[in-house]
Amino acid sequence: MERTALPGRLIWQIGEVVATHPETERSKSLTLALPIWPGHLAGQHVDIRLTADDGYQAQRSYSIASPPEDGRQIMLTIERLDDGEVSPYLTDELRIGDKVELRGPIGGYFVWEERLGGPLLLIAGGSGIVPLMAMIRHRRAAGSTIPIRLLASFRTYDDIIYRDELEHLAGDELALEVITTLTRTQPPGWTGYMTRIDAELLRDVAWPIEQHPLTFICGPTQFVETTAANLLALGYEPTRIKTERFGPTGDT
Amino acid sequence: MDKTTLDGNAAGGILREVFLFEMTLAEGACAHCGATNAIGATTAYMSGMGTVLRCPSCEHVLIRIVSTKGSYWLDMQGVRALHIKPEL
Amino acid sequence: MSGGFISRGFRGRRQQSDLAGRIPPGQYLERRFPVLSAGPTPHTPLDKWDFSILGKVREPKRWTWEELLALPHEIPTVDISCVTKWTKLDTHWEGISVETLLQQVDYDPHSVGYVIAFSDGGYTTNIPLADVLGGKAWVAFSYEGEALAPEHGGPARLLVPHLYFWKSAKWVRGLRLVEQDEPGFWESLGYHNYGDPWKEQRYQGD
Repeated sequence: MERTALPGRLIWQIGEVVATHPETERSKSLTLALPIWPGHLAGQHVDIRLTADDGYQAQRSYSIASPPEDGRQIMLTIERLDDGEVSPYLTDELRIGDKVELRGPIGGYFVWEERLGGPLLLIAGGSGIVPLMAMIRHRRAAGSTIPIRLLASFRTYDDIIYRDELEHLAGDELALEVITTLTRTQPPGWTGYMTRIDAELLRDVAWPIEQHPLTFICGPTQFVETTAANLLALGYEPTRIKTERFGPTGDT
Repeated sequence: MDKTTLDGNAAGGILREVFLFEMTLAEGACAHCGATNAIGATTAYMSGMGTVLRCPSCEHVLIRIVSTKGSYWLDMQGVRALHIKPEL
Repeated sequence: MSGGFISRGFRGRRQQSDLAGRIPPGQYLERRFPVLSAGPTPHTPLDKWDFSILGKVREPKRWTWEELLALPHEIPTVDISCVTKWTKLDTHWEGISVETLLQQVDYDPHSVGYVIAFSDGGYTTNIPLADVLGGKAWVAFSYEGEALAPEHGGPARLLVPHLYFWKSAKWVRGLRLVEQDEPGFWESLGYHNYGDPWKEQRYQGD
C-alpha cells in the first residue's frame, strides 16, 4: 500500500452520506464519500463541523472506523450523547444523501500500521473502540498475522459496538482475541468479566511485559487515565503505551 | 481527575491549521522541567476559548493557540525547541 | 468560514427565548453550566488556602479561609456571559464583595489603575480597579446554594459578571494592585483587554 505523506493545509470539504447503519441503540455508523481524500492511517480522526442557518457552528472530532484500505469512503461510528450538541444530529437527523462538512485525516500520534509490529494490546472504554476497530480492520485487510488482544469495556451486552463483527473475526482470525467486560448487567449464562478494567483484570489479560506489547487505550478521559496508570504500575513501558482520551461522556 | 482533559492528538486539527505539517509527532522539551514529549502525548485543554497544551510531567503550559476571526495567536514560550518531522 | 455551507436541519442546543433583551449580542441562553478549563483542576486544601491582596499596597493583606468567610457575605443574583457564546441568566452566588476586601487594604486609588487576579495553576486576568469596586465584583464560594464545585473554580473564584466570564478567574488566590495594565492569560493571546459582552468585545480590535 502506498505510503501517504500529508503535506499542506488541512482543508474543509463536503462529504456525502452514502450509507448509515445502526450499531447499537445509542450508536450508528455513517459511511461518507469524500471528493478529496489522501488516505489515512488506522487511529486517525476527522473534525466534523455543523453550521446552522444563522451561522452558528459546532465542531467535534470523530475517529475513523474504517481501515485505510477502503479508499475514498470512510466510516465513522458515532455514539449519541443525550446532552450532546453534535452527536444527536449525526445519529438522529442525518440521512443518506445529506452533506457533512469535515476535514481530515488528523493525528499522527495515535496510529497503528502493520509495519509498527506488535503484539498489540487494544483497550477500549465504550465508544473508544472506534479507532481500535480501524486498527483491527486494517490488520485484516493487510493480511497481517500480528497478534492482537482487544480488551473492551461496555455496560451491557447490547452496548457492545461491532459485536457481531468481532465475534466473527475472533472465530476466524488467528491471533485475534477479543475479551469483553460488561460492567453493569450481564446476559444469562455470561461467563466473561463483569468488573471495570482494573489492575487485576489487566494482569490477567495483558500480554506479558517481556513481549513488549504496543498498547493503545481509548475511551472516556477517566477510563483512559486509570487504565494507563494501572499498566504503568504493573511495569509496562510508558513509551509503548499510547492514549486517546475522548473527554467526558454523557454531560458534554 | 478532570473529565475534560484530552491528549495532544486531539489538537491535531488546529495545529494543522497553523503549521503545514502533521504536528502531533513533533517533539519538544518543556522549558520548565525539561521533559521531552511528542505533541500527541501532551495533555490538551480545548475549552472553546483556545487550545492549551501542557507538559504531562509538570503540567506547565507548553503551547497556547487562539484562533480568532481569520488570524491565530500562538505562544510557544513553554517549549525549548520543537523538532518537527514532516514525514508521517 | 464555511463558505456558505449549511448543515440541513441543524440548530444546536440553543433554545428559543423571549428574553432577547437580557441576552448580550451574539450569545445564546444556556441552561447547563459548561466547564471550560485551561488546565488541571487544582485541589488546595482549605487549611493551606489563603487569599491575598498585594502589589501597590502599603502592606500586603492575607486572609485564611476562615478569616475570609468571617467577613460580611453578599448573595448576588447575576447574569453571566462566556465569550464562547453561552449566557446564563439569574445565577445565584454567595461571596465577599471585592470592595469589602479592598477596604481593609491601604492603597492609593489614584495610582492604582488595575488589579491582576491570580489563581492556583498560574491563570491570570487583568481588570480595571473601577470594575471591581462599586458592588461589581465578588470572591464567590457558593453557587446555587452549594459550595462551589472544584470544576467551577471552587473553593473560591472571582465573580465579575459585567465582563465576559473569563475575567471571573477560577481558583482565585488573590489580587495584585498595579499602576500599569498587564494583560493576563487570554488577554495576551488575542482576547479583548476589557471584555464588555454588551459591546461584544471578544477579541483584540473588537
